[in-house]
Amino acid sequence: MKIAADYSSFLRPEADGRFNLELAIEGISSADSIVEIEGALASIPGLSRARLNFTTRRLTTEWTEADCDPSPAIRTLERLGYRVAPFVSDVEESEEDRYTRWLLRCLAVSGFAAINVMLLSVSVWAGNVTDITPETRDLFHWLSALIALPAAGFSGQPFFYKALRALRQGDMTMDVPISIGIILALGMSVYETAHHAEHAYFDSALMLIFFLLSGRVLEHAMRKRTRSAAANLAALRNPVASKISPDGHMSDVPSDALVAGDLILVTAGSRIAADGVIEAGQSQIDASLMTGETELAAVKPGDLVYAGTFNHHGALTIRVSAAGSRTLLADIEKLIDEALTSRSRYVQIADRIARVYAPVVHIAAALTAMMWIALGTSVHDALIIAIAVLIITCPCALALAAPVVQVITAGALFQKGLLIRSGDMIERMAEIDTIIFDKTGTLTLPEPSLIDASQLSDGALLMAGRLALSSHHPLARAVSEAVREKQKRLEPYPDAQEITGSGIQCVIDGVEARLGSPSFCSLPAPLWNENASVLAFRYGSEAGLVYVGQSLRPDAVETIKKLKTKGYHVMILSGDHADIVRKVASELGVSEWRGHVLPKEKRDLLVAMKEQGRKVLMVGDGLNDAPALAAATASLSPATGADLTQASADAIFTGKRLSPVFDMLTLTRKGKRVMIENFGLALIYNLIAVPLAVLGFVTPLIAAAAMSGSSIIVALNALRARRAETFNS
Amino acid sequence: MTILLYLVPAALGLGLLSLAAFMWSLRSGQYDDLDGAAHRILNDDDVRID
Repeated sequence: MKIAADYSSFLRPEADGRFNLELAIEGISSADSIVEIEGALASIPGLSRARLNFTTRRLTTEWTEADCDPSPAIRTLERLGYRVAPFVSDVEESEEDRYTRWLLRCLAVSGFAAINVMLLSVSVWAGNVTDITPETRDLFHWLSALIALPAAGFSGQPFFYKALRALRQGDMTMDVPISIGIILALGMSVYETAHHAEHAYFDSALMLIFFLLSGRVLEHAMRKRTRSAAANLAALRNPVASKISPDGHMSDVPSDALVAGDLILVTAGSRIAADGVIEAGQSQIDASLMTGETELAAVKPGDLVYAGTFNHHGALTIRVSAAGSRTLLADIEKLIDEALTSRSRYVQIADRIARVYAPVVHIAAALTAMMWIALGTSVHDALIIAIAVLIITCPCALALAAPVVQVITAGALFQKGLLIRSGDMIERMAEIDTIIFDKTGTLTLPEPSLIDASQLSDGALLMAGRLALSSHHPLARAVSEAVREKQKRLEPYPDAQEITGSGIQCVIDGVEARLGSPSFCSLPAPLWNENASVLAFRYGSEAGLVYVGQSLRPDAVETIKKLKTKGYHVMILSGDHADIVRKVASELGVSEWRGHVLPKEKRDLLVAMKEQGRKVLMVGDGLNDAPALAAATASLSPATGADLTQASADAIFTGKRLSPVFDMLTLTRKGKRVMIENFGLALIYNLIAVPLAVLGFVTPLIAAAAMSGSSIIVALNALRARRAETFNS
Repeated sequence: MTILLYLVPAALGLGLLSLAAFMWSLRSGQYDDLDGAAHRILNDDDVRID
C-alpha cells in the first residue's frame, strides 16, 4: 500500500485570505536553484506565489484555497532532485527572530545618534582649540544631550536588562560595568553641560553602545543561521506521520501534533514517528538508535515500539501512547538533566574576567578620586577624573573579545557542515584530549548503503538506481543514493510499479526490468550473509546481485588516523555486539573499545574518565548515547541522530563524512587561542589607557579614539580564527 | 552663527530620514534573505507568478 503524502493539513491561513505553506528544502547547491525552483512551480494550480529564501533554505508558498493540494508542487521539486518537507517554525525560533530585529533597531538608533553627536563633538573639539564661543559650545552640548539621552535610553536596553538580571542573581557579567559606564558618562556629561564645562562624553557613551551592539547583532545572526539549518534538518528527518482517524480516513500530520490515543500507520521503510503499542501488523524493526544494536528485532501486535526506530518490512498500525514513552525516556531524560547541571558549572573566560574586572576598575576609580582629593584638587574635579577612569575602562574591547571570535569560528564551522548550539562550547571543545565514538550511525553511516554492485554493468546499475527511486524501502534507497552520487539528476521511470514485499518493476524500451528480492528477479538466493542484505536486478537476460549493508563513513579510517597523530586518545563504546565492535575497531586501528555497553554504563565510564582529569568529547547519535553526550566535557552528534540526542549535544554535524569531527577540534582550538589573544589585547589597551585616565589626561577626544581603536583591533584579530588546519588542508 | 539654525536641523533631519528608511526596510523583511538578494539581482528573467 502506498499513501500519497497529503500536505494540505499544513496550510496556514494568512491575513489576506490566502494560505501559506513553508517547506524546508535540501539539496540547494547554487543560486541557480532559485530560478529552477521558482520557475518549476510557476504552473502549479492553486499556487499563487513561491519564494525561496536562499539564506534559510526555505520555500514560502502561498495558495489561493484551503483545499488546494500541494503535493504536485512537492513531487515537482522531488523530481528535480530536492528533498522537501513541510516546515512549521517553532516558538523559540520566532522569539529569537524578534529579539534579533529588536537588536537591529537598537543598533540603528545608536548608529544614527552616534554619527550626529560625533558631528557636534568634532565641531566642539575643533572649536576648543580655536575660537568657539562658550554659548555655541553649550548649545552643541545641549543638542548632543537631546539626541544622546533618549537614544542611549532606548538602544542601551539590551545591556541594562541583562545587567539588572545579573545583579538580582548576585552575579557579575560584563553587562554590569558596561551599564555603569554608560550611565555615569551620560550623567556626568549632563552635569558638566549644565555648568558650561568644556568636556562632555555623550559621543563616547553612544559609540560604546554602537560597538557592543554590533557584536551582539553578529552573534545573533550567526546563531540564527545555525538554528534554522538545524530546524530544517529536523523537519526533513521526520516530516509527517500518517494518522488514521476514527472514520478510517488517513491524513498526514506533523509528528509533533500526535497525542496519546492516536492511531498511526507506519509503512515499511520509514521511521516510527511516536512511541506506541502495535495494534496490527508484523515486521522487523531496527532499534539501533535506541540501543545501539544493529540486529533487527521482530515485533508483533502488543509490542511496545519507540519513536526513532526504523520499520524494515511490513506495515504497522500503532496506537500512540505517551504514557508508554515515560518509562524509557524519563529514565534517560533524568540522566541527561543530572549530567547537564554539572556542565553548566563551566565558567567561560569572559565571565571569569568580568568577576575580577568590575570590582578592580571600580576600586581603581574610587582610589583615583581619593588620591586627587588628597593632593588638594576640588572634589568636583576629582570626581570628573574618576568618572573618566570608569568611562575609559568601560569594557568595550573586553566585551567584544570573545563574541567576535565565536562568530568567526561558528561561521567557519558552519562551512564545514557543523552546526553549533551556542558559542560558549568553543572553549570546552578546545580543551578536549580524549574522544569517545559510538559505533552505529556515528562511525558507520546511519542508513544502509550499497557495498557491492560488481555483478552489474554501469548501465544496469543506472537503471536499477532509477527504478529504486520509486520505492521508499531502505534497501532501494541505498541503491538510488549510490547511483545519485555518480549522476546527480536521476529521474524515476514514470510507470514504475512497486509490488509490496517483492520489489519494483517497469517496462523499459519494451523489455521488463525488475529490482527486488532474488526470487522476484528469478535468481537463486545467495548464502546467508550476516553483514549485508541482498537485492537483485534483472533486465532481459542481464541479471545480478547487489549487496547493501552497514558501512563505515567514507573517510572514517583517515579521520581516526589524523586524530591519533594529533595526539588525541580515541575510544569506541558501543551498545552493539562485541564481535561487530571488534571488527570495526580493528578496521579503524582503534585499540581501546567496548561492546554491549548500556546507556548508564556509558555515562559512568565517561564520568570516571573525567574524574581522572581527562577532557572527553563524546560523539554519538543514539538515544542510548544521550546521557553520555550530556555528561561529556563536550559532545557532537550526527544530524541523523535521535531528537533527544541532538538536544543534549553541543553541536551536530551533517553529511556522510566523519572529517567534521577533526575540523571541529582544530577550529575550536584555534578559536580559543585567538580569544585569549584578544583578551590580552584588551588588557594591554587598559594598561595604557588607565594610567592616562588616572593622571587626568583623558579628554573626550582621547576616550573616543582609544575606545574605537581597541574595539577595531580586537575585531580584526578575531578574523584570524578562520585560519586553522582543517581536514582537507 | 545664524547659519546653524538651518544646518543643525537639516543634518538631524537627514539622519532621521535615513533612520526611518532603515526601520521601514527592516520591517518589510528586506534583511530576511541577504544571500538570496545578492544572487537574485543577477537573474535576467525573474519569474513572477502573482
